[in-house]
Amino acid sequence: MKTLEELKALREKSHKKMYMDGVTRGVRIQVGYGTCGIAAGATPVYETFVNEIKDLNLENVEIVKVGCMGECAFEPTVEIIESNGSKTIYCLVTDRIASEIVEEHIMKGHRIDKYLLSKIKR
Amino acid sequence: MLDRMHILICGGAECKQSNSVEIRDKFKSEIKRLNLGDDIQTALTGCFGLCALGPHVLIYPGETLYSGVKLEDVTEIVEQHVAKGKPVERLLFKGNFDRSKFRNRSELTFYAKQTRIVLRNCGVINPLDINEYIARHGYEGLGKVLTNMTPEETIDEMKKSGLRGRGGSGFPAGVKWEFTSKSVSDQKYVICNADEGDPGAFMDRAVLEGDPHSVLEAMAICGYAIGADTGYIYIRAEYPVAVERLGIAIKQAEGLGVLGKNLFNSGFNFKIELRLGAGAFVCGEETALIASIEGERGMPRNKPPFPAVKGLFGKPTNVNNVETFANVPVIFLKGADWFKSIGTEKSSGTKVFALGGKIANTGLLEVPMGTTLREVIYEIGGGIPNKRKFKAAQTGGPSGGCITAKSLDTPIDFDNLIALGSMMGSGGLIVLDEDNCMVDVARFYLEFTVEESCGKCTPCREGTKRMLDILNRICEGEGTMNDLDVLERLGKMIKDSSLCGLGQTAPNPVLSTLKHFRKEYEAHVIDKVCPAGVCPNLTNYVVLDNCIGCTKCARNCPVGAIEGKVKEKHFIDLDLCIRCGACKTACPVNAISTKPESWEEV
Amino acid sequence: MTNLVNLTIDGKACQVPSNYTILKAAESIGINIPRLCFLEGIHEQSNCRVCIVKIEGVRGLKTSCSTKVIEGMVVYTDTKEVYEAVSFNLELLAGNHKFECWKCSRENSCEFLDLLRRFNVDNDFSNAKLFDQKEIKVNNSSDAMILDSSKCVLCGRCVSACEKLSGLGILNFSNRGANTYVGPAQFHNLEDAGCIYCGKCIQACPTGAIREKDEIKFLERALRDKSKTIVVQVAPSVRAAIGEEFGYKIGTNAEGQMFAALKELGIHEIIDTNFTADLTILEEGSEFIDRLQNGGVLPMFTSCSPGWVNYLELYYPEYIPNLSSCKSPQQMAGALIKTYYAEKLGKKPEEIYSVSIMPCVAKKAEAKRPEMGRDGYKDVDLVITTRELARIIRHRGIAFQDLEPIKPYGLLAEYTGAGNIFGTTGGVMEAALRTVTEILEGHSTPVDFTEVRGLDNIKEATYMVAGTEVNVAVVHGGAAIKEFITKLKTTDKQYHFVELMGCTGGCINGGGQPIVSAINQEKYDVRALRAKVLYNIDAKAEFRKSHESKAVKTIYEEFLGKPNSHKSHDLLHTHYNERSFYDVK
Repeated sequence: MKTLEELKALREKSHKKMYMDGVTRGVRIQVGYGTCGIAAGATPVYETFVNEIKDLNLENVEIVKVGCMGECAFEPTVEIIESNGSKTIYCLVTDRIASEIVEEHIMKGHRIDKYLLSKIKR
Repeated sequence: MLDRMHILICGGAECKQSNSVEIRDKFKSEIKRLNLGDDIQTALTGCFGLCALGPHVLIYPGETLYSGVKLEDVTEIVEQHVAKGKPVERLLFKGNFDRSKFRNRSELTFYAKQTRIVLRNCGVINPLDINEYIARHGYEGLGKVLTNMTPEETIDEMKKSGLRGRGGSGFPAGVKWEFTSKSVSDQKYVICNADEGDPGAFMDRAVLEGDPHSVLEAMAICGYAIGADTGYIYIRAEYPVAVERLGIAIKQAEGLGVLGKNLFNSGFNFKIELRLGAGAFVCGEETALIASIEGERGMPRNKPPFPAVKGLFGKPTNVNNVETFANVPVIFLKGADWFKSIGTEKSSGTKVFALGGKIANTGLLEVPMGTTLREVIYEIGGGIPNKRKFKAAQTGGPSGGCITAKSLDTPIDFDNLIALGSMMGSGGLIVLDEDNCMVDVARFYLEFTVEESCGKCTPCREGTKRMLDILNRICEGEGTMNDLDVLERLGKMIKDSSLCGLGQTAPNPVLSTLKHFRKEYEAHVIDKVCPAGVCPNLTNYVVLDNCIGCTKCARNCPVGAIEGKVKEKHFIDLDLCIRCGACKTACPVNAISTKPESWEEV
Repeated sequence: MTNLVNLTIDGKACQVPSNYTILKAAESIGINIPRLCFLEGIHEQSNCRVCIVKIEGVRGLKTSCSTKVIEGMVVYTDTKEVYEAVSFNLELLAGNHKFECWKCSRENSCEFLDLLRRFNVDNDFSNAKLFDQKEIKVNNSSDAMILDSSKCVLCGRCVSACEKLSGLGILNFSNRGANTYVGPAQFHNLEDAGCIYCGKCIQACPTGAIREKDEIKFLERALRDKSKTIVVQVAPSVRAAIGEEFGYKIGTNAEGQMFAALKELGIHEIIDTNFTADLTILEEGSEFIDRLQNGGVLPMFTSCSPGWVNYLELYYPEYIPNLSSCKSPQQMAGALIKTYYAEKLGKKPEEIYSVSIMPCVAKKAEAKRPEMGRDGYKDVDLVITTRELARIIRHRGIAFQDLEPIKPYGLLAEYTGAGNIFGTTGGVMEAALRTVTEILEGHSTPVDFTEVRGLDNIKEATYMVAGTEVNVAVVHGGAAIKEFITKLKTTDKQYHFVELMGCTGGCINGGGQPIVSAINQEKYDVRALRAKVLYNIDAKAEFRKSHESKAVKTIYEEFLGKPNSHKSHDLLHTHYNERSFYDVK
């Protein structure tokens, strides 16, 4: 890739894909996967998401390992980004909670308040 | 990301009279109408203090203040600023405002006061997919530089931005780049110092694991500016995840053609290789790092000559820290002026802090320079847990000093922290409460430094060891007042005459705690007591009167030092007690004390 | 053309070239800033922090050995702050030091002791109850040298000296921080670490941390052993330097007093290694002529420097065939002492205690080689260095300066100028050329071959000898040895005869010679001054060519027959072995 124009084209294409442009009911599941997240137990969480989404044969769902989100004391953290622009962060996620998130939030579209980062009692 | 934007509407009495509540509601409805997402918080806050010019609307990030906002202005603000990021010029507050007034806001969360520039992509993109980096304007800075700017213009922009080294030195990066570019040589190098060694610091790790491409792009921009075609990332081997991700990122960048030959058709070549450290803190010092890459023992060298003149393999080399580099692509994307507008006059931009210790929200946070410590610790950090009292905050790790409660309102920047007897360091911020013994904390840091000293120069190698010997004796109850005097004189000498930064700053924790907590040292030395109840030899465990006789302490004691009947006050035999603290942890009613005031009965 | 710079040091104005350091500038106006680790050209890492000074306008204290002068600089070397900081640093070093100054080999040449005296330093940090004492590491299994960390100040001069002068880098720092120590990797035995015993490390060390194996006590014992007759041989270089130990200027010929001192010690049988140096020329010269005329292995390498022989056996054993089979003059003398001389004295070999006084540390190990003796005895029983000799003279209270010079009497104490110049680089070559050219040409030839004199690391010359072009080379110091052999492997040039020495400058700069302090090493060209002593003796000598020596002629007539005879081979020639190191079993 040699020019700014090519870069721009790639950027627009990648942005569309990342944020599920034009996709109805697209979901991007970001699992915090820095060393802090891994140490807190992000691997079973990630694997649960991957396995369950596969079993349920859901389309337009992407599961992505991302870096540290910053709230290290409350990891594993998971951010759910939907194609309608809504963003939700869950914290202290376990594989069981991941299952719940798949069922309640991904499938039914209901946020689970008690696991929200913004609502956690500090 | 959590809450992408915060829109704060002044809810003071005056502004309320001028429809601030309706304004808030209109913001909400406009945002919903334009489908801008759930992550934009709107809130009514306390009075901003500029009543004559209200209603006010303050938007974060960027701290944009609008004044005299009318209901019909809301749509324009939402369409221009919220949706497209373009502030509405005509509504901007034109006068001076005193930032210190904006502190009684109650609706803020962890991210509201943060300005994530270095961490812009951390937790947002998949670090193993270069396309996601590109989706977020990755490599656009490099493209712009190589297509539209000369090396001299690149350096000018860096200088204009005022970016100062984030590894601890605070040296202006643009000036360093300029020195290296002015050196004449057939070969030059760019080095990224990723040997993050401060205990408790993990800012660089987060960037390397979460956004490795930002460093690669920055190094390429630097190479272009100074005339180098080769870069090395010296990364500590204790970061295997980061090492792996960097390796993958480099391959992907090469595959795409943003690293390698003839980048962006400019004729400029740049390649990057990794070099792993082997467990030496001192290799974070730039000349020791260079020695290590050369295959020599990692020991610092004299400066001058500086690496900019004679560095790796004797060639001009520019060494910068990970966080410093992570700022670079954004500076070229958004401009030096934009960067300069964040932070303070002499310290522009942000700083990432690794918040640790006795604090509710341990983790990484990034704030504009000028944010006060109080804001960081209480508003972002969530304060001290378990209702304990703040004692001190240690910045700069083993090179820094402690900051006491009376300095909490100091705006954080390079110069202010040095004036307080500490330093910015790499960004570790450890919060200590009343249960920490400051002598023990100083000893902890000195133990680290003594272990990590390379041994080349006399004051650091021998002097810090002797300081540690003295501290150990003090903590064991064998200190004397003369020892305190020796600590001070020795500390000053080591600071004045050590060869490198490790030695020059090693005495800081001791000198700083001696200065601010002298009484605590004297208690150890004269009264042979540790007021915080930490040093085992100087602590007694005592059962207080509110003991309910539940026997939990006795059952948890590993040496059977506690006696007592059920429902009766228990008693600890101090001759048997090993000061492990198990009883104190087990007690459900906080009836076991280590504080000296409770010792009268002993 | 460097500019001149004006600065002020302790209130005194000073004008020096702009490439001077503050240290050098101060010394040029008579201000001696305390220094410890700085060794010009060898170790310039400014790590001891003893030379720190206050520069106006600069935070902290800076090392004067590494800071270049700047126009208008104002420097204070002796304020209260500087004085206290330097004292503290010295105190810290003293805290780890095991003080045994009365029996230390550096009793009056220790740079650390001088500094401690100068600053009247306290020694509180050595209190073991209050401060951790460092582990002491001693490496003393080698025949030649001892490493003793209890005296080490971790200046690093030895590390740099071994790296730069011998090119081998045998010594380096291990561990780190307060546990740092200096030694071979893994603190392996020195004799098995690839060390050639050139002793440049000893000469660089400011304290007694690296020193020769002190063997004076064996001499003391022998002197009191009525059953032994002591015969002492003295190397050429000793006389050129021993005066320095007694206050004489560097470059003083103290030959006569040296022999007088030996007499005072109670030694009556004194011979001169110069004699066997001459003998070596006859043996080696004949060997060379033989190789030259009969297609022997060329180039031929000299073999009198045990440091060089060690180097070859360890690192270039493929060149063993090139080495002359001649023993060194020390060992030839030893062999003759135990056979010819013993007979003359009417003693059995076992009744002779053969001592050599050498400028060399490697000779201690050379004497112990299994092939250096026969029938259960060694040719040389004891090797003591120039320094040890000086120590025993001092300990006995002999006033060296007041001694009347004497000359030893006897055949084996006779020498020519050629034998005497063995002690300097190029000397062996020149001596050999004087004899070889005359033999080959069949008539008297010039005596001076100045092309092979001087201190360049590698000197080369070509001489027409009896119609043949003879290419010679002279090499000194381990680093130069490596350079030369590397060149030799790839060059087309045919060398015929090469002199190689393990020490830079030759034996006059040997590892056993009087220690010259770092500051004096800068002030004086020690090697040139000492070499001059030997060349002066040569210039004034009655006979200047080895084959002119009546003593040499006599020994052949009476005892050996002729050069390379069967007897000569038996006593005066040796063989070599390939050696390995770091054998980890």
